[in-house]
Amino acid sequence: MNEMSAPIVSPEPGQKVLLQTQAMTKDYPGVRALDSVDFELLSGEVHILFGENGAGKSTLISILAGANTPTSGTLTVSDEQVEFHSVHAARDYGISSVFQEFSLIPQLSVEENLFLGAEPVKRGLLDRRTMRREARRILKELDFHLNPSSRVDHLTRAEQQMVEIAKAFRSDLSVLILDEPTASLTNHETDQLFALIEQLKKRGIGIIYITHRMAEIRRIGDRITVLRDGRYIDTVDAQSASEDELVQLMTGRNVGAIFPDKVTSVGSEVVLNAQDITTTDDQVVNASISVKAGEIVGLAGLVGSGKSEIAQALFGAKPIKSGSVTFLGSDVTHKTPGQHIENGFLYLPADRRTDGLMMVRSVRENMSLAALNTPAFSKGIFLKRSGERKAADRLASRLNLSPRRIERTVDHFSGGNQQKAMLARSLSREFRLIAFDEPTVGVDVGTRAAIYEFIAELAASGVAIVIISSDLPEILNLTRRAYVFFGGSVQAELDGDMLTEENVLANFFEKEAS
Amino acid sequence: MMAEQKLSVVAKPAGKNRDILKRLFVRLGILPFLLLIALVVFTLMSDNFLTVRNLTNVLRQSVYLTIVAMGQMLALLTGGFDLSVGTTLAISSVVGAMAMVAASTMFPEAVGLAIALGCLAGVLAGTMIGVFNGIGVAFFKVSPFMMSLGMSSVGFGVALYLTGGVPVYGIPVAFGDIFGFGSYLGIPTPVFVMLLLIVLLYVFLYHTRYGRYFYAVGGNTKAASLSGINTTGVLFSTYVLCAFFAAVAGMLLTARLDTGEANIGASMPLETIAACVIAGVSLRGGVGRLENVVLGALFIGLVQNGMNLARIESYLQTVVLGVLLILAVVADQIRLRYVASLKD
Repeated sequence: MNEMSAPIVSPEPGQKVLLQTQAMTKDYPGVRALDSVDFELLSGEVHILFGENGAGKSTLISILAGANTPTSGTLTVSDEQVEFHSVHAARDYGISSVFQEFSLIPQLSVEENLFLGAEPVKRGLLDRRTMRREARRILKELDFHLNPSSRVDHLTRAEQQMVEIAKAFRSDLSVLILDEPTASLTNHETDQLFALIEQLKKRGIGIIYITHRMAEIRRIGDRITVLRDGRYIDTVDAQSASEDELVQLMTGRNVGAIFPDKVTSVGSEVVLNAQDITTTDDQVVNASISVKAGEIVGLAGLVGSGKSEIAQALFGAKPIKSGSVTFLGSDVTHKTPGQHIENGFLYLPADRRTDGLMMVRSVRENMSLAALNTPAFSKGIFLKRSGERKAADRLASRLNLSPRRIERTVDHFSGGNQQKAMLARSLSREFRLIAFDEPTVGVDVGTRAAIYEFIAELAASGVAIVIISSDLPEILNLTRRAYVFFGGSVQAELDGDMLTEENVLANFFEKEAS
Repeated sequence: MMAEQKLSVVAKPAGKNRDILKRLFVRLGILPFLLLIALVVFTLMSDNFLTVRNLTNVLRQSVYLTIVAMGQMLALLTGGFDLSVGTTLAISSVVGAMAMVAASTMFPEAVGLAIALGCLAGVLAGTMIGVFNGIGVAFFKVSPFMMSLGMSSVGFGVALYLTGGVPVYGIPVAFGDIFGFGSYLGIPTPVFVMLLLIVLLYVFLYHTRYGRYFYAVGGNTKAASLSGINTTGVLFSTYVLCAFFAAVAGMLLTARLDTGEANIGASMPLETIAACVIAGVSLRGGVGRLENVVLGALFIGLVQNGMNLARIESYLQTVVLGVLLILAVVADQIRLRYVASLKD
């Protein structure tokens, strides 16, 4: 399995090798991030890089993009051996990358961003006319309908991504690197991006694409190269490789099914009942949902459809204008998050870095944060420090935190383990209802399976679960019943056999003639 | 050299010493190194430096800075800072002294009562600055920079207005005798007050859940609020507590000066922030230990004392202090870089 041979699929006629690495190695003190990796990109192909968090994907693309220099190994671009010492050097060879964090200045206009660092000048002064003309030309060529003079922070995420991509076209482009480009895009925006990728392929541009999502791999991928622990594992055909096979290549073990068996037995007690909820900012309008004990309920919909907002409103993190929330039979409509937690209702946010975790504090403190006022963690106003340590230790082993060091600060863990540190809160005290907002975003498949199992076990023990997710398979395979949100309201409630991909997708958009 | 460092996967014995130094630096921060350097340099420069008498003196002189720095640390922990600690000192001094004078003319027989009333009035007046800061920052989301900058002007103006710019004379002699110059078992009284406050704050920060909440709010306000913590309340109490510490220091300083002064504390914002930053308190909030802050304040006192003994001009001393502050921030940045490279 671990052979270090060159990729196996031979180029079709007409395709040439754009870029090739041989024995690419990158060492950091104490860690070998990349271990003798061979990789090859052909013109006109979408080459997926696949692997767990920390497998070396990011290191590899940062070297290709000139943001990082290898310890050893060679990089060949168009039959010429090269060494990049800056992003600009890579760009001169037609290699551009779009990373997850956009490199755009929000306060500047589209054209100013496009030419940032390479502004056209005339007699030492900014040549605005050339800039405008060039920007128009690039946008037209790419068929992007953007106004060069509009400010970037007024654009949607997808439009910003277009600007980022257009930036890559400032000079001649031959290789485009996309790092999880759809992570924050809506379905419609994703479609637009994929159409563009198709177009680029036709022009012979090679695309290196990092994603965790199977559906995307199927849709646009040509070949998949799997990395694990910094090593090259295999290159397979994107159309024929099965998900199980990929997961096995990625994790090096047989994971079996990612999703646990569906929880079918559900208690009769209604834990949460929300009637006609409207928030003061109108992001949720007249939405009603209910959850029973031991039930896993999904909230599906596009970004901004209200699926996440309603959970925040129910939890007291967003003010409610009208409607009523009943939790375990008592009215809790305008309670604060603190009071909800006290009652046994927890909401775990989607963005762990900005909303969920104290990145500079230890795992222990992050795990116990929502439970410090319980008898297990404090007596009167005083903390039980050893009790806290023991509890955190127990949670870390329960969730398989790796490395299992509860005193280490959270920002020194991988994404998946950070997520575990946050999810551990759901076991830090007695909860009757837990809302997980995008519980597996940016998490590798191995950890994903562990998280699903964890959630299923919680449900089996009688906890009511709400899963808010943009990942359709998650909704379909994990939940028993799902609400599909559109425009702040519940557009459909799908139960049992009705919970199919077509039915969910059909309700993602406005219903026609209704 | 570079290549060797890159390949430190198999650490060579020669590189090991450097590695240990690096690890110590990452673990402890810049402060222990600075303390060591300061001790060595000043001992060499002056014979009188490393004596029990002088070090007791340093301790006594550093009391005010240490107490205010403890308050400043709370503000930094929650991701803000307090530029009005200086005027808080001045307000409490002026109001405390005036109240004490008034009370002692009203009840000439009861000196103890007058002192108690004066202290209460001074601390309350100083704490009010914190109440306003807290309202602005916590409830109206004014940036701590603007809020405390504004309040420092307000406080200074009020202190000057109350006194007409003249020091407040006539406070009971006993006040200065006990809290300014008094000592017990050879240890100055102000040091006892400082020790008491250190112990109280230590227990509060590390053994109660409310202390933890300060770190949580600074670590991630949103996460803290979604975990059921009343972040507004924590922010409000941060500035009230910070002002309380400054006000106590103000009363102690009044006892030392025997007058109520509107012109004290001008250097406090800089010096307290320097003490905290040198001690490794993060300007982004959420990180910092009380014991280090106390050491940081003592270090600044030590440097000032050493420079006095070495007869360094007071104008130049200000320069040194500024340089030290910047150096500490630079060292912190370098440390962060090392942390990233030494991840394990």
